[in-house]
Amino acid sequence: MRIRVRFFASFREMAGREEVEMELPPGTRLEGLTSLLMEEYPEMSGRAMVAHNRAYASGNPLLKEGDEVALFPPVSGG
Amino acid sequence: MEKVRVMEEDFSIQKVVDSVRDPRSGGIVTFLGTVRGEDIRGRIDAMEVESYREMALEQLWDLRSRALDEYDLVDMAIVHRVGRLSPGENIVMIAAAGVHRENAFAAARFVIDEIKRLVPIWKKELFSDQEHWVEEEK
Repeated sequence: MRIRVRFFASFREMAGREEVEMELPPGTRLEGLTSLLMEEYPEMSGRAMVAHNRAYASGNPLLKEGDEVALFPPVSGG
Repeated sequence: MEKVRVMEEDFSIQKVVDSVRDPRSGGIVTFLGTVRGEDIRGRIDAMEVESYREMALEQLWDLRSRALDEYDLVDMAIVHRVGRLSPGENIVMIAAAGVHRENAFAAARFVIDEIKRLVPIWKKELFSDQEHWVEEEK
């Protein structure tokens, strides 16, 4: 299944791109994907905020085809 | 006017206030955030504001609903700008129309605090010789 992964702010700069499409085996859960990403971008770990389909992730949901996952640093708007 | 907006253009403070003006309300409390022109690193030339727009809008609509319910407001508008801004420019505005002033003050405070905690928007300060994401200080 294909998952759209998006990066914002300093994470976008670390990744060198705004988004990437990842092909994952069915049954992959959100934390499975985020651990893969943390291995690729260790500088993001420890302070990443994770959104699943445009809402803050709660628990460790199963991902499905077409889902959108976003990783970003602590927010600083206002 | 939409009661929640994330946009590049500047906004009219008057129009934001008028969008929540209502005869049931006895007071409108506004919070206006502006770009600060300096921090501990020195003088800021400009600020770049980035958002995860779709999620930021959902979060702001949700915050507005919570504020309307929890503070018993008559109406509320929230506007946040993105893009490149200069010191002194408007960056965010909240207008809370309450039946009485106490709830309107509390609601405006609640919403700006929650924006800073939850809404996916980031500020980068640009100096003459460096740039700095504000989030890194947390």
